[in-house]
Amino acid sequence: MTLDAVVVGSGPGGAAAADVLARAGWTIAIVEKGSDHLLDAGDPTRPADHFSNDELKFVHRCFLGPDPLVEPRTFRTGEEDGERLHVGEVNSIPSTVGGGGTHADGKVPRFREEDFCLLSTYGPIEGASVADWPVDYAELEPFYADAERAIGVAGEAGANPFAAWRSGPYPMPPGPPMYGALLSAAAAEHHGLHPYPAPTAANSVPYDGRPACNDCGFCAFFGCPIHAKGDPVALLTRTLATGNAELLADTFAARIVVRGRRATGVEVIGADGSRRTIGARTVVVAGGAVETPRLLLLSGIGGPLVGRFLMVHFQTIVVGTFTERLHAHKGRAVTHVHDDAVVVDDDARAAARAAGLPWLRGGMVEHGGAALPVVEAKLYPWGQKHPALMRSSPMRDRLWAFTMQGEDLPQITNRVDLDPSVRDARGVPVARVTYRPHRHELAASAHHRTRLVEVLRTMGSTWTSVATSPAPRGRPGRDRISPVPDSRHVMGTTRMGDDPSTSVVDRFGRVHGLDNVIVADSSVFVTSAGYGPTLTLVALAARAATALVR
Amino acid sequence: MPLWLTEDECRVLRAVCDRLLPGDGTVPSASAAGVVDYIDGLLGAFLVDPPRIWAGGPVSGRWGGGEGFARFHPLSRLEELAWRIRIEGSQGLPEREFNGPVVGWQQRYREGLARLGADFCDLDGAAQDERLRAAGDFTDLVFAHCCEGMYGAPEYGGNRGGACWAAIGFPGDVQPRGWLPEEVAGP
Repeated sequence: MTLDAVVVGSGPGGAAAADVLARAGWTIAIVEKGSDHLLDAGDPTRPADHFSNDELKFVHRCFLGPDPLVEPRTFRTGEEDGERLHVGEVNSIPSTVGGGGTHADGKVPRFREEDFCLLSTYGPIEGASVADWPVDYAELEPFYADAERAIGVAGEAGANPFAAWRSGPYPMPPGPPMYGALLSAAAAEHHGLHPYPAPTAANSVPYDGRPACNDCGFCAFFGCPIHAKGDPVALLTRTLATGNAELLADTFAARIVVRGRRATGVEVIGADGSRRTIGARTVVVAGGAVETPRLLLLSGIGGPLVGRFLMVHFQTIVVGTFTERLHAHKGRAVTHVHDDAVVVDDDARAAARAAGLPWLRGGMVEHGGAALPVVEAKLYPWGQKHPALMRSSPMRDRLWAFTMQGEDLPQITNRVDLDPSVRDARGVPVARVTYRPHRHELAASAHHRTRLVEVLRTMGSTWTSVATSPAPRGRPGRDRISPVPDSRHVMGTTRMGDDPSTSVVDRFGRVHGLDNVIVADSSVFVTSAGYGPTLTLVALAARAATALVR
Repeated sequence: MPLWLTEDECRVLRAVCDRLLPGDGTVPSASAAGVVDYIDGLLGAFLVDPPRIWAGGPVSGRWGGGEGFARFHPLSRLEELAWRIRIEGSQGLPEREFNGPVVGWQQRYREGLARLGADFCDLDGAAQDERLRAAGDFTDLVFAHCCEGMYGAPEYGGNRGGACWAAIGFPGDVQPRGWLPEEVAGP
């Protein structure tokens, strides 16, 4: 039997595409290499009860996968590192039903109008491949609005003076602000910044049959035990409720089978290790910006630019210790953000000139704390002082931090390819990441960190420290921060564009040169913006799927 | 009765854990908190079924609801392979050596504890610390496991009765209660 479509990946992108296809009456299979801890095995429209507020399981024992022992990736900063610098964990967003949506704390900002046209707005930067997107904000706005309604986003329209225009309000008001965020937001305002309640895909009121978030505090890195986070639970349950879709967990897409200009199906490896081919008239690839190019490369499709222009967010982390306890274990990990560092103002222009750059852009700044005592315990040296440090808690209960998700410029040398010899447990070549930041990212980080340190001091910090990820040094796989970027915001490896000589997919995600292979995740991003990619990739995936069913 | 370690190994490990994470009158010492049981349970995870890798969900019962944490999850084929490689090592088995041999935690503990010496328990604190510093990577591994056993959920064998959480003022898992808006937003 031939299905209308196989969707590879059950994260926010795959779920968004599947939702549109299944509701249009297409018969589909969603193929997910990870396990199903999200939905009830007997009734997939109901949540499973596997998620829990258990730090060991989620943070130290890779419950959501991928386990780097059986599904490693490799990393190097450039060809001069040889074949690889590191084998193991590299930018691993979860490999599980629900994908990256399950572990995130649900920050789902929209991009701004100019994020889609950086080249025409600000001009090129030497050594980077800055380009305009073939889609603009106005075209995407209805899909943003649909996505916010589908996954359930809480936020306050008008609270962010730098936000793009919106066709309507958020579906829900913001949830309760965290104590530390109220203090950091007040300090930020004192310095002329514009903090606002973070748009969050966690219910502030009961919504779409799911309960309101009860602010349990185990948000970032955790699956939600009460399913108050809507991304992508809402899309998957709605898809499966149509009866047109089947979800195949523990099933790895090994190759897209292609005849001439058409894909005819997907060869998969099942939970028991056996191979079979699922026939399909359309193949939608949504494995994330590392696994998607891996699958295209394994299939020999997509052309010479597959895997190129890999982007992550260049994270600047500014932390401070306070005399007062800030109890970041109460609340949704991040309740406030500010966008001032996204804006190219006179200060940013001056900093760019001083760095020999035509312009520079930072990213959204998250106001957050630390809430995990096992992570904290591993930070302090062992011995007599350890118990007293745990009780006074300078690195958890009395810590507050800003994380800037800095714009990362696209560079043709930053890429995903197949490692020449490292294999996963199935015997399939793994993805190799070659990445190093452009000097733009370093200059933007250096410029914006100064004011963030000042804000923490105004807030009352007695000690501050700044780190970046990736860091200039550190041992990959051993140190918490190293040249391997820590960001799970991975983008850009099947670039979208009208010209097949400079891009991999067209404006609707269709792989150039093939009639029926669509990419529906952040791989298609042309530039990285300074915002989490989820809502934008969901909007793009829904738009691509809508074009298919028309 | 330990699950995987020998009684002699337990004795040395107890002394090691208490040098790494001693008590201070408020925080219990690692051994008093059950950290040796935590590590023994991890090394012997596959001696019980389902293996003691991932506790269940959605709630522990500490704040209402059922005691779901106590029911451990079954593992998929790939998940079991990963955890057997990590704990037992690759042991020359081709299906575990797709990227070469891996030394498992069981072997690292067996050899690491032996290398610290049968007389480890008889040394004074300073001499014990000197051996621990010389043991480098092994000490790093035990320290990481000690932190997990101290401050992870009690269902894994350590943090007995939640005593370590209580000592540092951390409430642990709080579902299904959660926090009230005024608890989130207030000092």
